[in-house]
Amino acid sequence: MPIQVLMPALSPTMEKGNLAKWLKKEGEAIKSGDVIAEIETDKATMEVEATDEGTLGKILIPEGTADVAVNTPIATILADGETAADLGKAAAPAAEMKAAQSAPPAEPAAAMQASPAPTGVAAPQSVAEPDPEVPAGTEMVTQTIREALRDAMAEEMRRDGDVFIMGEEVAEYQGAYKVTQGLLQEFGARRVMDTPITEHGFAGIGVGAAMAGLKPIVEFMTFNFAMQAIDQIINSAAKTLYMSGGQMGCSIVFRGPNGAAARVAAQHSQDYSSWYSHIPGLKVVAPYSAADAKGLLKAAIRDPNPVIFLENEVLYGHSGEVPKLDDYIIPIGKARIARSGKDVTIISWSNGMTYALKAADELAKEGIEAEVIDLRTLRPMDTETIIASVKKTGRAVTVEEGWAQSGVGAEIAARIMEHAFDYLDAPVTRVSGKDVPMPYAANLEKLALPSAAEVVQAAKSVCYR
Amino acid sequence: MAAPKKTAAKEQGQDRDNGPPPEFTRDQDLAALRDMLLIRRFEEKAGQLYGMGAIGGFCHLYIGQEAVVVGMQMALKPGDQVITGYRDHGHMLATGMDAKGVMAELTGRRGGYSKGKGGSMHMFSMEKNFFGGHGIVGAQVSLGTGLALANRYRGNDSVSVAYFGDGAANQGQVYESFNMAELWKLPVIYVIENNRYAMGTAVSRASAQTDFSKRGISFNIPGEQVDGMDVRAVKAAGEKAVAWCREGKGPYILEMQTYRYRGHSMSDPAKYRTREEVEKVRHDQDPIEQVRNRLLAAKVSEQDLKTIDADVRKIVNEAADFAQADPEPDPAELYTDVYR
Repeated sequence: MPIQVLMPALSPTMEKGNLAKWLKKEGEAIKSGDVIAEIETDKATMEVEATDEGTLGKILIPEGTADVAVNTPIATILADGETAADLGKAAAPAAEMKAAQSAPPAEPAAAMQASPAPTGVAAPQSVAEPDPEVPAGTEMVTQTIREALRDAMAEEMRRDGDVFIMGEEVAEYQGAYKVTQGLLQEFGARRVMDTPITEHGFAGIGVGAAMAGLKPIVEFMTFNFAMQAIDQIINSAAKTLYMSGGQMGCSIVFRGPNGAAARVAAQHSQDYSSWYSHIPGLKVVAPYSAADAKGLLKAAIRDPNPVIFLENEVLYGHSGEVPKLDDYIIPIGKARIARSGKDVTIISWSNGMTYALKAADELAKEGIEAEVIDLRTLRPMDTETIIASVKKTGRAVTVEEGWAQSGVGAEIAARIMEHAFDYLDAPVTRVSGKDVPMPYAANLEKLALPSAAEVVQAAKSVCYR
Repeated sequence: MAAPKKTAAKEQGQDRDNGPPPEFTRDQDLAALRDMLLIRRFEEKAGQLYGMGAIGGFCHLYIGQEAVVVGMQMALKPGDQVITGYRDHGHMLATGMDAKGVMAELTGRRGGYSKGKGGSMHMFSMEKNFFGGHGIVGAQVSLGTGLALANRYRGNDSVSVAYFGDGAANQGQVYESFNMAELWKLPVIYVIENNRYAMGTAVSRASAQTDFSKRGISFNIPGEQVDGMDVRAVKAAGEKAVAWCREGKGPYILEMQTYRYRGHSMSDPAKYRTREEVEKVRHDQDPIEQVRNRLLAAKVSEQDLKTIDADVRKIVNEAADFAQADPEPDPAELYTDVYR
């Protein structure tokens, strides 16, 4: 029976890619280990190696095809003795494979692809409430969050010669997650600096450069590795303005993916939202949408204070509408009502919004109108927006991927209690990551993270339904 | 690169590698004397005020080490940056910061360099290019390397001087910084002030390699040991290092062999060493006495030297008076300067 070659995944979070090039023709002999095709995503390029021997029977996906879903059959290989006549035999399994693929592969992906909610509220990614900062009629461009972040940096680097980026693989490699793609080519090695793997050291060097008046963007390959550098971030970057009586500040952005990616286990899957939001002197930003990623990163780079900019690997490839404006800036410290509702307030940020928005869709089907707040900035926290919403709904659910103890949800609950106690019709409920290190096994990992179902359940419980 | 010798500083009267240090002119000796005396008298006064309860928290005195920072400062030019750890009073005075502002910071008053919010270990002066004053051992090495990065980025010829002790020399980020500084040829001088004790731990008990000038070998950073009790040797070594940096050759390491007379901090009785050891260094190598003796031998009168001492005492006394009379920060200052 002919063997199917499937569209490979470059990473656990990849959902689709482009078939850039076929390096073998139909009818050509193939040995195990031969490179038969090139696949690319916006993040990376990869060669597809044959793992079986035989003849390339049929190319199912022509080169140049974009957005080929992972696991789609892209070619068939005929074993010795098989002929083109045998090709049909592979067709049936291929169809099955396609059918299986159309089921949601993972929670986040499913949410991003969600169809418009029955209530008429727009799909999560295109976002219900327009930002007040965007004038009506502004042209929108569809971008991935990865592209939005890169554009934000490029625009700020064009605008201000003191802005530069440093980190592991940011230059020659074009970014471990391709967020800095093209920056080296445009700005050169002076302003796009590859560092050795030495987080503590280069974070300190970045802070020192900022103390001298430059505006570094320090990329951590992930915030998990920033724990090695956290002394410089907190003791040097965050505290110096105060310790110097206002004399010497530190305009610096520490950015990179935060929180759980997919299947990378405990040391690579931690949410640092509450860690950094604990620290006076730091600002902490954690965007969810592409537009926010761009507007907030530009604001962060211009901010005269140290800013922790928490991205999310799962979200990098997701697309959204970004206003086509010369200088699109979103002020730090302002939450956004991502969806209006009257029955319960759901508060989240970053990838937590995926669960929150999906849950809101589900709740709407059951007649519960949830108001979803995207905090966007964790410090300073937009308490006003939270309180105004809770005064309207009388109920609140927080959603975060991090642990509940001393988490951001705990802080939100305390603020609601302090400022809106008399308006509450039910105790504030937290949905969070489970109180365990992140497991590797797919089923356990899914259990460890929050889910839309848990948010739905929590929202219903505070509504006493 | 210099071939460092094992001889201890106390047996040295001269720079190891470059022969005897070049003689100072009379004016240079007078300037060095005055600057070192200012530090010593200031620190003595700070010790007194600490004993009276006017200074709180930690207070790390620089007495004995004065020649290091004074000699280095003589090798620098305006625009060069200085950064150090928590034993920082001497560095501030040497960069020309006002004694009143420093002392008032020690007493936690509003006229202090950090408005009373930083204290002994956290003071800064953008005007004097003094970048702190850092309380986390070793942090200033990465930060100082960052200052050098900024100089190279801007294409100026300024050099940054990052001071740290023999204790900090064992921190990991020091070597992360060494690596990047040499990799990127950053103009930074690493001045290791080896005063023989990291708090209460003698160098030999904490360091596998006690020759700190060799600590950059695996990064190809040149280094040399310097008699840090002789201000002339310090200046000469500093000039060599500065020239190296300004020529774009990358970082340079100077191990200054020095000695702290007092305890690690005011609360340290210094039982880890004998009284005789301290007395011997004071007697044989005191950096200030060396200059005094040279000046006297050059027929400068005892009276002239007394005048310098009196001038210095006046500055220090006025600083102490100011630091005790100046009001504490306004309570409203609690919430200022957290963000810009």
